[in-house]
Amino acid sequence: MEPILTKNWGKPHSRSIQTYLAQGGYATLKKMFQMSPEQVTEEAKRSGLRGRGGAGFPAGVKWGFVPKNTGKPIYLCINADESEPGTFKDRAILENDPHMLIEGVIIASYALGVRTAYQYIRGEFYRPWEMVEQAIAEAYQHGFLGQNICGSNFSLDFYQHRGAGAYICGEETGLIESLEGKRGMPRIKPPFPAVSGAFGCPTVVNNVETIAALPWILEHGGEAYAKIGVGKSTGTKLWSVSGHVNRPGVYEVPLGIPFKLFLEEYCGGVWKGRKLKAVIVGGSSVPVLTADEAFAVTLDYESLQGAGTFLGSGGMIIIDDQTSMVAALENLAVFYHHESCGQCTPCREGSGWVEKILHRLYHGEGRHEDLALLQDLADKMQGRTICALADALAMPVRSYVTKFRTEFEAFIREGRSPYPAPEWQG
Amino acid sequence: MPKITINGQGYDVPAGKTVLQVCLEQGIKIPYFCYHHKLSIAGNCRMCLVEVVGRPKLEISCNCPVQEGMEIKTDSPVVLEARKSVLEFILINHPLDCPICDQAGECKLQDQYFDHSAVPYRFREQKVQKPKAVPLGPLVVLDDERCILCTRCVRFCDEVPKAHEIALSERGDRSTIVTYGTEGMKNAYSLNTVDICPVGALTSRDFRFGKRVWFLSKTPSLCTGCSTGCNVWLDQERGVAYRYRPRENNDVNECWMCDEGRLTYKYINAPDRVVTPFARSPENRQWTRASWDTVLAQLRTILAQVSVAERAVVLSAQCSNEENFAWTRLVRETWAGARLFATRREYPNPSEDQILRHCDKNPNARALSEFGIHERYAGGARVLFVLDALTPEEIAAVQQTRPACVVLLTTNWGVHPDAVRWRPLTNVDAVIEQGGAADRLDTLKTDTLEAPTPDPYPWADFVLPLATVAEQCGTFVNVKGRVQRFERAMPSQAEARPAWAVAQHVATLEGRPLPWEDAAAILAAIGETVPSFQGITWEQVGEFGTLLNGTAVRQCVSA
Repeated sequence: MEPILTKNWGKPHSRSIQTYLAQGGYATLKKMFQMSPEQVTEEAKRSGLRGRGGAGFPAGVKWGFVPKNTGKPIYLCINADESEPGTFKDRAILENDPHMLIEGVIIASYALGVRTAYQYIRGEFYRPWEMVEQAIAEAYQHGFLGQNICGSNFSLDFYQHRGAGAYICGEETGLIESLEGKRGMPRIKPPFPAVSGAFGCPTVVNNVETIAALPWILEHGGEAYAKIGVGKSTGTKLWSVSGHVNRPGVYEVPLGIPFKLFLEEYCGGVWKGRKLKAVIVGGSSVPVLTADEAFAVTLDYESLQGAGTFLGSGGMIIIDDQTSMVAALENLAVFYHHESCGQCTPCREGSGWVEKILHRLYHGEGRHEDLALLQDLADKMQGRTICALADALAMPVRSYVTKFRTEFEAFIREGRSPYPAPEWQG
Repeated sequence: MPKITINGQGYDVPAGKTVLQVCLEQGIKIPYFCYHHKLSIAGNCRMCLVEVVGRPKLEISCNCPVQEGMEIKTDSPVVLEARKSVLEFILINHPLDCPICDQAGECKLQDQYFDHSAVPYRFREQKVQKPKAVPLGPLVVLDDERCILCTRCVRFCDEVPKAHEIALSERGDRSTIVTYGTEGMKNAYSLNTVDICPVGALTSRDFRFGKRVWFLSKTPSLCTGCSTGCNVWLDQERGVAYRYRPRENNDVNECWMCDEGRLTYKYINAPDRVVTPFARSPENRQWTRASWDTVLAQLRTILAQVSVAERAVVLSAQCSNEENFAWTRLVRETWAGARLFATRREYPNPSEDQILRHCDKNPNARALSEFGIHERYAGGARVLFVLDALTPEEIAAVQQTRPACVVLLTTNWGVHPDAVRWRPLTNVDAVIEQGGAADRLDTLKTDTLEAPTPDPYPWADFVLPLATVAEQCGTFVNVKGRVQRFERAMPSQAEARPAWAVAQHVATLEGRPLPWEDAAAILAAIGETVPSFQGITWEQVGEFGTLLNGTAVRQCVSA
């Protein structure tokens, strides 16, 4: 397979504009300025490119929601607030090939009629922020950003805005609130950002990985991109793999390859010769798969959905058979409780309640009614809040407790785990 | 007009409304906490979830615009279950201290628990600990553990007084309401946050722990703090006023009132109320308590010695239309040739803003103009009747020209520091400086049967007890020409009477009684006499007032 997103990774000075230009970077802009913005949007639609932030919504269709001729500026916000536990693929793009992202930003901005684009970048990503700042400066120097890009009538400014450490600012309306300088809390919808987003203007929020695919799509055509992958899961996907594998890392593969193949061929299999117990395929918030379920899926949107989980952000966590699922779930609950913004009652109160139950359970004081209570709380949290953070805790809770019920029950009965304490607990 | 279905019944509803608005208008009960009809939509409490047929998730009705053909269910099993679960979540970290909570009895959380939940408590973990009794400003105290984080108070401060003084801090179930810096909530409307707080989190320092609310009776009344005429509920128990709360009137004050106005109820309970007539002792000119009969007999003797041309009455912009008009009628018909003057309360640097506070601190100045009475008293009368109080200039005129007899009808001796009406709070800074003024007045009444020393009214010969706004009915005309009613909330203290009743007594002494039985009858008489009042009757004034003839409608408040 020809790599799309990772083609320049590992080359010397892959971040620099010289390297990028030497690989034919920014060449698609000349072609793009021959096209109308509508044609560019059409090319994106034809590619079938879906949002890589987690929702998997077709990017071209999302652009189509922006109303025309409102007299207001249109903003593009790049979501680089990569905070989902297990996900680190956007960071790899920012660090290895920031110019591919910038070229994508120019393409999307041209298609949408954007004059000012922002990148909202996770506050902890200080080094990646610096690297992108450097790349933006280079792009300005070379006339790819600023006034009359490449001699066209098109002008674009691109700014980075650093977050302050809140997971919820990766939710697109929380991101917009934070970008505006407010407390990062998701907004109620309607209005949707495409109609009223940043500063009350039409706004599109796209993930780093989504935007980074645009130069290739424009160079080779949407149809060529759509040929990669399977069905409605077109193109390639970055998987950030962590956990109990021999070769953790970021891998670019076409959508639709079997999980088993991916685990064995790319990740080098489960570490220490152990067996696979469970997999979180799409970031910590998606329902967990058992080993049997995982070996039956292919890595694309539809297959994973069919297995009751989501492709999500592609943050894959491999869990070996020496891991306590009680400990794993307790760890996740701590995270989501900590990160709940606190505005919606079910999430604010439910996340704390779930964490307290799991904490008690994990410390040997579980009660038999706890499992039913956890499931009930998950049901009462999910789908009843402004954003999906409550779901992001509810889905793991329900899937862990259901799929590993005997393990939870044994833990409650014995008051302890048969597995060694996880490393994060020292 | 979209056609929608709610619980199986069809409705034609105006476009642009939300499902919650439509349901409330149609009398379909949907519980909510964070929604407030005068504030922006927050959508955070999740209490107003409804089922929209065809949509995968429940929707918050407060932010769900009606659409043609929409089918809504507000009482389906899933909706009822969702309400139960939201209430359960809200209550897990709530202290459940209703027996000692000031809000008990008027708490939305308490009401909605009984209406929609009433399930046993399943939470067996440690509750989140939060601070108690945090002063958010000079007048408002926060109990953080009771707070349900609906953010009504934050939105109120941001959107109505536009004072960005409070905000959420922390996140998740650690979230708290905080003030920016150490400044605190100093806006002139801060106590409205207490009204709109659906639970017992925000309490008024003035009212908290003062009275269980179910003992209070409410009466529609008017704030007398300035000429805006904010509509209020006067809450009292057994003749003691405990608080004013804004009464919604979209032509005047919407559902808000200012802090200084809100605290003006205190003069009703003030320990220095004048509750019986006082006359000077012939021996030493000291004040001695007298009966109405004695006083009236003395007045009859005095009036017999003075020609009508030497008599004068000073009307007050603090008194009701009925009180002022009764004296006007007495002067113009029984005492033809006597003179009428107008007085008002004047304060240095009175507070004013574009929201509700007006610099004219008299509730009824406009009516005196309508009656055609403008002149200020500058001397000349031998017998002078004064309503309410005189300004220092007018007192100087009285002292220089030395009338034979000055009769003052008033509510208070004007010496008690807690009688806020006598020391107006020009702004909230003043409250802070005065410190004690914000503390709740001790509502134990002492029947003031002795005049204070030093003598507050050395220029008067009689001090007669005037009924307050709480103890009589009547009307005021606000600065924008709206005639508004206030109702009698409680019996008069001791022997206090409305000024119109005193005018009737005096007229009767002269053998020409004034005919009216009550304030409504006097208002009818005003309608027959004063052109701008023509056709205005007690019934027509109604709950929300009516404009004087020839007055253009003007929007009040923030619009």
